Formats: sequence, structure tokens, C-alpha cells
Amino acid sequence: MKVTVDDEKCCAAGTCVMVAPEVFDQREEDGIVILLDPTPAAELHDAVRECVQVCPAGAIQVSEDA
Amino acid sequence: MSAGRSAPSGVLVVGASAAGLSTAEALRRKGFRGGLTVLGAEPHQPYDRPPLSKQVLSGAWEPDRALLRRPDQLSSLDASFVLGDAAVSLDAEARTVHTASGRVLRADAIVVATGLRPRTFAGQDGLAGVHPLRTLDDAAALRSALTAASRVVVVGDGVLGTEIAATARAMGASVTLAGPQSAPLESQFGPLIARQLAALHADRGVDLRLGAGVTGLGEQDGHVTGVHLATGEVLPADVVVVAFGSAPATDWLAGSGLKVDNGVVCDSSCRAADGIYAVGDVARWHHDGLGALLRLENRTNATEQAGHVASAILGENRPYTPVPYFWTDQFDVKIQVYGVLSADAEVTVVEGDMAQGRFVARYRRGGVTTGVLGWRMPKQTRMRRQEVVDVFQDSRSGGTS
Ligand SMILES: Cc1cc2nc3c(=O)[nH]c(=O)nc-3n(C[C@H](O)[C@H](O)[C@H](O)COP(=O)(O)OP(=O)(O)OC[C@H]3O[C@@H](n4cnc5c(N)ncnc54)[C@H](O)[C@@H]3O)c2cc1C
Repeated sequence: MKVTVDDEKCCAAGTCVMVAPEVFDQREEDGIVILLDPTPAAELHDAVRECVQVCPAGAIQVSEDA
Repeated sequence: MSAGRSAPSGVLVVGASAAGLSTAEALRRKGFRGGLTVLGAEPHQPYDRPPLSKQVLSGAWEPDRALLRRPDQLSSLDASFVLGDAAVSLDAEARTVHTASGRVLRADAIVVATGLRPRTFAGQDGLAGVHPLRTLDDAAALRSALTAASRVVVVGDGVLGTEIAATARAMGASVTLAGPQSAPLESQFGPLIARQLAALHADRGVDLRLGAGVTGLGEQDGHVTGVHLATGEVLPADVVVVAFGSAPATDWLAGSGLKVDNGVVCDSSCRAADGIYAVGDVARWHHDGLGALLRLENRTNATEQAGHVASAILGENRPYTPVPYFWTDQFDVKIQVYGVLSADAEVTVVEGDMAQGRFVARYRRGGVTTGVLGWRMPKQTRMRRQEVVDVFQDSRSGGTS
């Protein structure tokens, strides 16, 4: 799985950090998403897929075949 | 995870926006393999509303960027999207929906996700220059009006009105904000923070004409000419934005057998009747933590509640007890709110500094923290969410956060 984020779309809600703190964080200065791990381990894949769906700005994408 | 024993064989979701789409996605994510139909009144693919008053209105984004999902993501859902056709009636007992074009849709479970409709002035329809903002089409119409406007009046001193005023002003328009409160959002934020918001708007050149109710619109030859205040004053305008609240879109539920009272009334797991659920802005459910009916009009609730409704459809009956959350962008200031604020709360700045334009404020009532508000400090505010969780937990069940 390969994760990408669109920091222009990100609205800084931090929903992803609450669901998958191993993969996402927020910048101190403006709360915009930081991608900690673009190729998360298999046991995190379900959580990351949930992040894609619950992100209130649609700012997270995954491609499964990478 | 596999769907529970009581999983229905077919689900119909009425409303194809944030809450409706999220419900469909959550059903699939939780293992539902049955038939899934999503019915939507608008012709567009599901899109997101928060950007409509921000990047889409300002022109920073092409409207397409507000689409919630790419076409391949939608097709991988294996759901049938019936768009551009509105539900006109529901028979809750027979679990049947009739649509404007004459379709008859039946399902074992039906989810009501029809959101809100903006409130309007009597006689506003058909009056040129008057704009609501709820849909993508509204945003396109308002954007083109703003680019040619000479005087804009935004009626409504809540989140939406202030956000539109900020975006319009940043686009270079001459903007007046009108509403009954003495400072924007005062009834929610309280005087201290509301005054800071007023100062921000004034500083950026928005003309604040607050503290007077708006009684109606002036018109000439079918075009709006201004806004009438209760004081007798008239604010001249060639574009008027109407943003003084919305009502749940429940007209189509008349005679359905459902209880409708400021939204679709639901039990604590968002069930309105056997096999019927409501989600998002339209749903008024029993929040067990607060011990009261609650209806939220914000973006993260649409998705969070959708996950809950999907579980309930699949036979898992847990009470839905979220910590409310919303954000708003006012010029370059991002405001985040967790929990519930009130005008009479005791407000303390617990991080940062108001004078520096970066802070987190804590709201307390009767010695209990009920909310936190962040001003240009999203991460720091989220890290204090935990401080308000207790208020929203059901003390009887020790519910989850
Ligand atoms: C301009 C704007 C800016 C916003 N900004 C923010 C923000 O910054 N932060 C935040 O937290 N929230 C914000 N919100 C609120 C957020 O967008 C809503 O909470 C969210 O859209 C609710 O989703 P929903 O699916 O419940 O309702 P809606 O998004 O209203 O969707 C309901 C859908 O149902 C359809 N429908 C209605 N009646 C029928 C029918 N009879 N048959 C079929 N379909 C029907 C409608 O056409 C619509 O597409 C904003 C809202 C607006 C309008």
C-alpha cells in the first residue's frame, strides 16, 4: 500500500491522527497533515483505509497495488 | 469482518452527499455484500460542502476539486447511484420510497441522509441578486455574482455568514455583515472570542452592521436593492447572501410514519423506526451521554455517524455518543471547536495568546469543561479534546469516546 496526502485539501481536523497515529501527524504551526509513513505495514492497512473514508477533506489517497 | 446475522439483503440510502456516501462506504468496509442503492436529488457526483464557502467560492479550486471521490473509488463501492431524482415520499412500514421521476425503490433498510435546506426570506425566490449557499450550483452562481458586485450584504452572523463574508472580502468585494447579535457567533462563542472575531473582520475591511435584526429585502424591477433592518435603516446592496440558518430537509417524509421534529427523531443508535435510520445534518438522535436529543450540522459528524449507522444496520446496537467537532476558516484563521460552547461559559485562554492571534480557550460551566476552541492552533486544540470527553460519555454504560 502506498499513501499520499494532499496538504492543500487538508483542513487540519486531525481525524487521521486519531485513527492512525503511526502513519499521520499534524504540523505544530498550522495543523496540516504530516505523512509519517507512506508505506505502512500490513497491520495498519485497515486503519489507513478508514482514514481515507473519514477524512473530512478527502485529502488522503491510497493505491493498493504499490 | 462479516456482516451480522441480522444484516439486511438490500440497503437504500436517500441523500448522496457526505453522510449518505459515508454510510455506503462504511457498510462495505464493515463487510456488507448485499445490494446498495444511493439516491440523490442533485445531478452531481457526491461533492463536499465545506469548500463551497472557501476554495470554490474564492476560485482557488475548480469545482471538480470538491468532489468527494474519484470515479474509480465510486465504482469500486459496487453501489447503484441514482442521481438527479428526488425522493418524494417514504412508507416506513413497507420500506418503500417513491421518487419524483416515478421510480419505486424498496429495501430492507432505508437510511435518511437528506441534510438541510437553507432558510429564506418570504418572496426571495426569483428575486435577482439574492443568493443562498448550500449547493455547488449555489456556489457557482454566487461566485459569478460576487465578481461583478459593487455592494454585497451578507445576512447572517453565524459560522456560514461570517465565512462567506471573509471569502467575499478577500476576493476584493465591498462587504457588509448584518445580523442580530452584537458580535458574530456571540451566542455560541461568548463575548470574549466573538469580539476577537469581530475585530478580525473589521481589520480586514468587512463593514459590521450587527445588533439589529433584518426585517426584509428591498427590490426594484425584480432585482434586490438592499436589506431592511429593524432600526428602519436600509443597507444598499446589489448582491445579498442569505445565511441565517437552515432547516432539516424532511418535507418528503410527511405521512411516512416517522417522527419529524427539527429533524428525524431517532433512538440512541440512530434508528428512526424498524429498518429506518437517519444520519448527518437531518438526524436528531438521543445522545445518551448528554441525556438529550441532539442534531449536529457539521462535516465530521456526517462521517462519524455514518460509521455508526452502518454498524446498527448490520445488527450492532451501540449508542452513538460523539464529542461534537467543527472547524471554520475565517480569512487565514482556522478555528477548531471540540465539545459544546456557550455564551455564559467561563472562558480561559490555556495556551498561546489572544493578542498574538494564536490561542486555545477552554469553556467551563458549573466547574465542568464542556468545550475547547482553538484559534490558529489546530493540533494543540485537538490534543485537548480529551478534556471534554467526560461530558459526552454515558456515565451509566461508561461509553466509549
Ligand atoms: C457552504 C458550507 C460550508 C460548510 N463548512 C463547514 C465547515 O467548515 N466545517 C464543518 O464542520 N461543516 C461545514 N459545513 C457543514 C457540512 O457541510 C455538513 O454538515 C455536511 O454537508 C452534512 O452532510 P449531509 O450528507 O448530512 O447533508 P448534505 O450535505 O446537505 O446532503 C444532503 C443531500 O441530500 C440530497 N437530498 C435532499 N433531499 C432529498 C430528497 N428528497 N431525495 C434525494 N436526495 C435529497 C441533497 O440534494 C444533498 O445532496 C458547511 C456547509 C455548507 C453548506
